[in-house]
Amino acid sequence: MARIDLEHIRHAYGAKPKSENDYALKEVHHEWNDGGAYALLGPSGCGKTTLLNIISGLINPSEGRILFDGKDVTHLSTQDRNIAQVFQFPVIYDTMTVYDNLAFPLRNRHVPETEVDRRVKEIIEMIGLGGWAGKKAQGLTADQKQKISLGRGLVRSDVSAILFDEPLTVIDPEMKWVLRSQIKRLHKQFGFTMVYVTHDQTEALTFADKVVVMYDGQIVQIGTPAELFERPRHTFVGYFIGSPGMNVLPAKIDGSTATIGGETIALNFRPEIKSGAKTELGIRPEFVSIGREGMPVAISKVEDIGRHKIVRARFADQPISIILDEDGEIPAEPRIAFDQKAINIYADSWRVGGEA
Amino acid sequence: MEKTWNNKAWFMVLPVLVLVAFSAVIPLMTVVNYSVQDTFGNNEFFWAGTDWYVDVLTSDRFWDALTRNLIFSAIILAIEIPLGIIIALNMPKKGLGVPVCLVLMALPLLIPWNVVGTIWQVFGRVDIGLLGRTLEALGINYNYVQNPIDAWVTLIVMDVWHWTSLVVLLCYAGLVSIPDAYYQAAKIDGASRWSVFRYIQLPKMKRVLLIAFLLRFMDSFMIYTEPFVVTGGGPGNSTTFLSIDLVKMAIGQFDLGPAAALSIIYFLIILLLSWIFYTVMTTSDAQS
Ligand SMILES: Nc1ncnc2c1ncn2[C@@H]1O[C@H](COP(=O)(O)OP(=O)(O)OP(=O)(O)O)[C@@H](O)[C@H]1O
Ligand SMILES: [Mg+2]
Repeated sequence: MARIDLEHIRHAYGAKPKSENDYALKEVHHEWNDGGAYALLGPSGCGKTTLLNIISGLINPSEGRILFDGKDVTHLSTQDRNIAQVFQFPVIYDTMTVYDNLAFPLRNRHVPETEVDRRVKEIIEMIGLGGWAGKKAQGLTADQKQKISLGRGLVRSDVSAILFDEPLTVIDPEMKWVLRSQIKRLHKQFGFTMVYVTHDQTEALTFADKVVVMYDGQIVQIGTPAELFERPRHTFVGYFIGSPGMNVLPAKIDGSTATIGGETIALNFRPEIKSGAKTELGIRPEFVSIGREGMPVAISKVEDIGRHKIVRARFADQPISIILDEDGEIPAEPRIAFDQKAINIYADSWRVGGEA
Repeated sequence: MEKTWNNKAWFMVLPVLVLVAFSAVIPLMTVVNYSVQDTFGNNEFFWAGTDWYVDVLTSDRFWDALTRNLIFSAIILAIEIPLGIIIALNMPKKGLGVPVCLVLMALPLLIPWNVVGTIWQVFGRVDIGLLGRTLEALGINYNYVQNPIDAWVTLIVMDVWHWTSLVVLLCYAGLVSIPDAYYQAAKIDGASRWSVFRYIQLPKMKRVLLIAFLLRFMDSFMIYTEPFVVTGGGPGNSTTFLSIDLVKMAIGQFDLGPAAALSIIYFLIILLLSWIFYTVMTTSDAQS
């Protein structure tokens, strides 16, 4: 129940960062809307956990400010920020029972015992550990421990925000689905701001209103799943979202044409490119068509994955993936064409050009 | 699962058994042998049965020394275990402070017992010792040679100085094995300093604390060198522990029979108490 502003946050774990590479977070300037559900997506080591820890106050950022509802909380302790966080690895209090584990965050805040009991019972049912309330947490399995960890994050209903750091990794797919929809339900009910870290793009895309993609210590794009798919701002987003990812081909740009190898492709806009930049053309496999017209390709492999086929080919000496309908045919001398509307141009990995 | 029995395995442990036999079992059996016989010299022995045991167990000398031992160990444990935990909790977890602290902590452990005794013997002397002179100058009447309380205080302070580090190092090893995520979760959950200790640090230290407790108990119960060097068992008999009494009996008076019987009783007491502590502490662990 708070809007969270991150103002020019940078963070280095070492004491005296010398170069840009010493920063685990390069520069994050972003606003998380009150009550929003965000998925934070990115490869290992890109700084997702670091960012969450900065929001919750476990780490003080080297530079920048954090505001909750406009109030500067940069120097407030975790306790004073009223945030719940579920960690990547399950943390449980071994010597306590399952019930006491879940009650712990409430009792520490002197919530009346009747209220504690009500909340804990609700959560314990939700995470499917109803029969385990009185058991010592010590002997539980990894996924039960993770559920307790998750439960401790959800048991406080009055928090400003809940940060989830890949909370469902060790949980089996069916239970994952159940827990995910339960988290969604709680989010609707209580309206806390929610940030959900995951490696799994389907999880991110189905879960959140907005997906935040991080790469190498930066937020490279924030958008709806459709935006990420159609207009990746960075070649990394192109690769990372979609399966298979976007084809990114080195291209020479001249006015409103792109040249790949010997082939010239007309664009429907004029990219503005600084001289000397490395230029690339990005096209999703879904928007490449195979037929008798267009540019020649050499097919290397066809993977049939049910609803459609993935064609792996070489085009102008570059590997390229093409998605073909289940009943799509590949002619003897195949040629390909790009859907002009779906072409993105990148200069030094960042998308350029207008929407014209 | 079926257990496979392989008798050849016994050959593998045979060398160790032989070694243990020579280093422990045979000397022990020799003592047992002495404890049930009497001699008037000339290497002639007579069967004495349990006479020596009865003698020892009915003597005030034995019970007094045993009481001193128990009180000493109780005081040592009551000081060193909490103190060790407190120091370990306050040691730095990273940075340059870590090696510095570890070396400082290890230093007392590296000094041989008799040297420790000698250091404190000199340190506490009223005529030339720094501690003795300082206390004297402060107007505190301190003399471990004449005052039994002072003698005890000296021995206890010396043992605390010598051995608390061991508890510290063991606890520290337990503490650094706690992943950061636990402390982070505790902060998120709003846990107090005490809760962090009670629910995160103490459970992780439990195993090493058991080891520390047993080691310090056995060691303090068997204390010999330090009182021997510093007080020689005095003033009077006030610091005559079982070990000192034993040596007096065996070497000083050459009463091999009673000394051997005392050795066996001493040994059994340590074994019994260690077993009790171990059982109590591990079963309470299993329950909680
Ligand atoms: N405590 C730390 N001390 C020093 N460097 C750290 C520390 N924690 C993380 N880093 C570094 O900071 C960078 C970002 O780490 P972070 O844990 O935020 O990544 P992540 O996106 O959460 O990765 P993963 O998906 O593997 O959890 C990494 O290069 C990592 O090596
Ligand atoms: Mg992480």
